Amino acid sequence: MSDRPVIELADVSKTFDKAGRSVEALQGVSVVIARNEFAAILGPSGCGKSTLLNMVAGFDAPTRGAVRFDGEPVTTPSPRRAVVFQEPALFPWYTVLDNITFGLKTRGIAPTAYRGRVEAIIEQVGLQGFESHYPAELSGGMKQRVGIARVLVMEPDVLLMDEPFGSLDAQTRSVMQELLLSVWERHQQTVLFVTHDIEEALLLADSVSVMTARPGRIKKRLAVELPRPRALEVTTSPFFNELKREVLALIREESVKAAVERTRPL
Amino acid sequence: MADAASTSPEDHAPIRRLLWPVILPLTFLTLWTLAVERHWVVEGIIPSPRQVAQSWYRWIFGATTLSLSPYSGTWLAAVLYSSRRVLQGFLLAAAVGIPLGLFVGWNRLVARLVDPSIQLLRPVPITAWLPFAIAVFGIYDASALFLIGLGAFYPIVVNTTHGVRDTNLLLLRAARMMGAGEGTILTKVVFRSALPSIFTGLRLGIGIAWTAVIVAEMIAVKSGLGYVLWDAYYVGRMDICVATMLSVGLLGFVSDRALQLVSRLVLKWRTLEAHA
Repeated sequence: MSDRPVIELADVSKTFDKAGRSVEALQGVSVVIARNEFAAILGPSGCGKSTLLNMVAGFDAPTRGAVRFDGEPVTTPSPRRAVVFQEPALFPWYTVLDNITFGLKTRGIAPTAYRGRVEAIIEQVGLQGFESHYPAELSGGMKQRVGIARVLVMEPDVLLMDEPFGSLDAQTRSVMQELLLSVWERHQQTVLFVTHDIEEALLLADSVSVMTARPGRIKKRLAVELPRPRALEVTTSPFFNELKREVLALIREESVKAAVERTRPL
Repeated sequence: MADAASTSPEDHAPIRRLLWPVILPLTFLTLWTLAVERHWVVEGIIPSPRQVAQSWYRWIFGATTLSLSPYSGTWLAAVLYSSRRVLQGFLLAAAVGIPLGLFVGWNRLVARLVDPSIQLLRPVPITAWLPFAIAVFGIYDASALFLIGLGAFYPIVVNTTHGVRDTNLLLLRAARMMGAGEGTILTKVVFRSALPSIFTGLRLGIGIAWTAVIVAEMIAVKSGLGYVLWDAYYVGRMDICVATMLSVGLLGFVSDRALQLVSRLVLKWRTLEAHA
């Protein structure tokens, strides 16, 4: 395997047309994510971090610049770049098991070929006994476990996670963060993780790229040199707090800017 | 199952719950009986409930061979004629309307091609098509099927289209990132997501199918409940007319309930959602 980056955004800008007005969501963003890296993008709401992720996923195309995956320009969504959405986006008419195996079935893989893997992942994410439930019968945290399991079984090259725990309550969120840590330490997939939660980014990621308020730019990229395997306790360590203070200062500037931006008439 | 109407605790007493809905029909029946027996209405035009019941009973259970009356023991045959036409026309409408609605809702080009024509033809009442249908298909079943099918087609195609367009973008993205192609997305995501709306269309469609079958049988064919209704009117058998009306109402009710049942079974996930 070469050491060329798995994901590369080169000078990417994105402009949206909203009600006849053009809004610049991203401006000259360059990000490089190496294989097996857990990269977090951290920014205030509305900074365009989801837009960035959507372009890597292939849902959106950049207005200027290039988005490359494995050296090739991204043009369409692909199971190699699997997405975990903020809303779990499960198919409500399918059971948990059918949701998890959707991607495998779609690609015509025989059930005998994936049964073992699916069972293992269902166990890893703690969904045993819920296989025949419908999403409507699950709590928010359980739904997101399905959202994670259905992409893990596809063994994608990268996991794109768009604030996957953003709509969960604080307790469920920590449980899910620990779950993701344990899953990641097992699979070591390349992850692009978008969040506005500083602790979450520092707890999970190898690198944290802090974004500016709209138009979104990368303000600073920090390496998170905390030893792995990590657990929730790491968030109380002095080194963690030092990092947190640094990021907090960076992000506060941006949040204030964003708030001012919102109160000012456009 | 509790519904919004039953709020006060005493409503849950079973006797009261059963009694409440029959109050209006009973009052109506009493007034009707009184109106006929006390001669509040012109004699001989409106039959009493008792007459209707007796004629209906004879129409259903009476002997067919010994009697010369067409209203003895012929009910089931008439019901079967009408039901078969409704079912055929309805299935035809669903077979055309659902796939067409899927494509119109899914593909902008197809929508631009087909949608204006549908919207232009839709306001033409099904009754207005009668002469055309008879001219083209003659006094045969085909005329009836055309009218029933056309009537049921509109709500089915329109509701299917709406259902498709309401598909959650996030679910489409989820399917795409899991490698689903257009065909898979259409059958496993869009169709499934549109199903509640499709069932709404089907229920509206079967209602219109019963309207259309009566109209068609009155004029375009010589059998079924619509034919009996018109014929009975001509020979002054208002008791049979009323019995026919009630029969059609009953059949419409039963077919709607049947569709509701199917929809509940197919959309099991949705009832779970409602209770979550």
